Amino acid sequence: MALSRDDVAKLADLARLELTETELERLVGQLDLILTAVDSVSQAATAEVAPTSHALALVNVMRDDVVTASLPREAVLAMAPAVEDGRFRVPRILGESA
Amino acid sequence: MNDLIHKGAWELSQLMTGGQVSSQEVTTACLERIAQVEPAVAAFLHVDAERALELARRVDQRRADGQELGPLAGVPVALKDAFAYAGAPTTCGSLILRDWIPPYNATVTQRLLDAGLVILGKTNLDEFAMGSSTENSAFGPTHNPWDLERVPGGSGGGSAASLVAFETPLAIGSDTGGSIRQPASVTGTVGVKPTYGGSSRYGLVAMASSLDQPGPCARSVLDAALLHQVIAGWDPKDSTSIDAPVPDVVAAAQRFDLAGLKVGVVEELGGEGYAAGVEQRFAEAVALLEAGGAEVRQVSCPHFPLALGAYYLIMPSEVSSNLARFDAVRYGWRVDDDGDHSVEQVMRRSRGAGFGAEAKRRIILGTYALSSGYYDAYYGSAQKTRTLIIEDFAAAFEQVDVLVSPATPTTAFKLGERVDDPLAMYKADLCTIPSNLAGNAAASFPIGLSPQDGLPVGLQVMAPPLADDRLYRVGAALERALEEQWSGPLWAELARREERP
Repeated sequence: MALSRDDVAKLADLARLELTETELERLVGQLDLILTAVDSVSQAATAEVAPTSHALALVNVMRDDVVTASLPREAVLAMAPAVEDGRFRVPRILGESA
Repeated sequence: MNDLIHKGAWELSQLMTGGQVSSQEVTTACLERIAQVEPAVAAFLHVDAERALELARRVDQRRADGQELGPLAGVPVALKDAFAYAGAPTTCGSLILRDWIPPYNATVTQRLLDAGLVILGKTNLDEFAMGSSTENSAFGPTHNPWDLERVPGGSGGGSAASLVAFETPLAIGSDTGGSIRQPASVTGTVGVKPTYGGSSRYGLVAMASSLDQPGPCARSVLDAALLHQVIAGWDPKDSTSIDAPVPDVVAAAQRFDLAGLKVGVVEELGGEGYAAGVEQRFAEAVALLEAGGAEVRQVSCPHFPLALGAYYLIMPSEVSSNLARFDAVRYGWRVDDDGDHSVEQVMRRSRGAGFGAEAKRRIILGTYALSSGYYDAYYGSAQKTRTLIIEDFAAAFEQVDVLVSPATPTTAFKLGERVDDPLAMYKADLCTIPSNLAGNAAASFPIGLSPQDGLPVGLQVMAPPLADDRLYRVGAALERALEEQWSGPLWAELARREERP
């Protein structure tokens, strides 16, 4: 199925990704081509075939419940975009519509 | 051609052990070479000169003190810029991480340091390892030393190019759909993707977690095996790493014998879309394997033609999820944090400004493939196709010990040639993708220059999971037979070109 400009804008919105008008236009055409090219997977995917999410048989891995050293606070905050009072400072969360 | 920069890791190791040369001399030679050729090659995003010299000094000291050191102690290595190295910028080729300096080491990085290797710096890659040419790097492309107008492959083009620019004898890569093997192929170097879970992903910035795998890059098979041995093995910090002994890859790389080995040529990886020069060199290499005692037969893997489609649904799905962590909250680039914008607006703008075109394309594609209503048709079908690929491999490995194919359908293409055509770019990974989907071990080995354009061609060997040693057995025998024909390694041609007036 063909993706419209609005579809791609909606996907960008879901992915929290700001796109320029030019980027949107270009993506619409490219995604269509890519989706057509990958459509072949539906040929082989019959009901009898079990899906694989991972090449290995995954098992849950638990470690011993012991305290180990963690990174010092300064090291963690050193790369933060903004810091205040020894914590991550984030832009305002409430009042989105303002 | 007797300079330190042309020597391999094993030879350097022996010279250092014998006291004929120090790690500081070797490291200095590499750093001088980097300074000389980087303006043209651009393989590195960051050269960690000061710390490299300090690491070298320490190894020399330990050796002088009579301490027992591993075989690669004092040997320089370049690290793909997707691996965390505490204190060095780790950008992943992305603007969103351009100022990020990790406070910790990836397990691969830590194992290099523990083994006494000297980390020279961080190599260029396509943004978040997404691409087949390094042209998706936010910091500009790397150039292929065989022809500076051409790509070095990708995503690990920086690591591959640094080897044949003689900037380092060893490099580390990561392979999600071919990012170690395809660059190895187009630069005439050795690149190995271990069995999935064979080496730790801890501290490797995640692209597609069910496919990503760190591995060694080198100019020779034995050097790659020695590096493989250093970085591989179980890691409690990676829940998908395999708690099993690493196969003896170093012994396999010194065996030089193919007697009785059953080799299957994958019928589906050839023909239309493959360059004639690639197919010619591949056929010659297969004949060499046969002459060396291998039993060669054709093997069909009927679902391999569907692998590219499955990959371009599964990988972007995982990408859209993995790159969600770049939210401009705890680290990474933040834009428009001016008090007027909410956290969500800042997030959108930071991601919009920080990600390049390919990252955006894959995030959108993955978001679509995973979205309600399309999940079964896309992601679900791709997962089923993945099962069929795994079954193809299983059936093939009942008949043969290893599979072979060209590593990539063409030789290095020109910079800019495929930038505006994502599908053409994606096809560079046609031969390498099946092994990522199935998780088995695979490698690319140089088999000569294409008679069409004089550029390197690689042969891919694929082995069952946890049989990584078979890659090296085939690679070493092939390398020895070819070097007898050529009177030396393939890369010597590059060194000779430089010596000519």
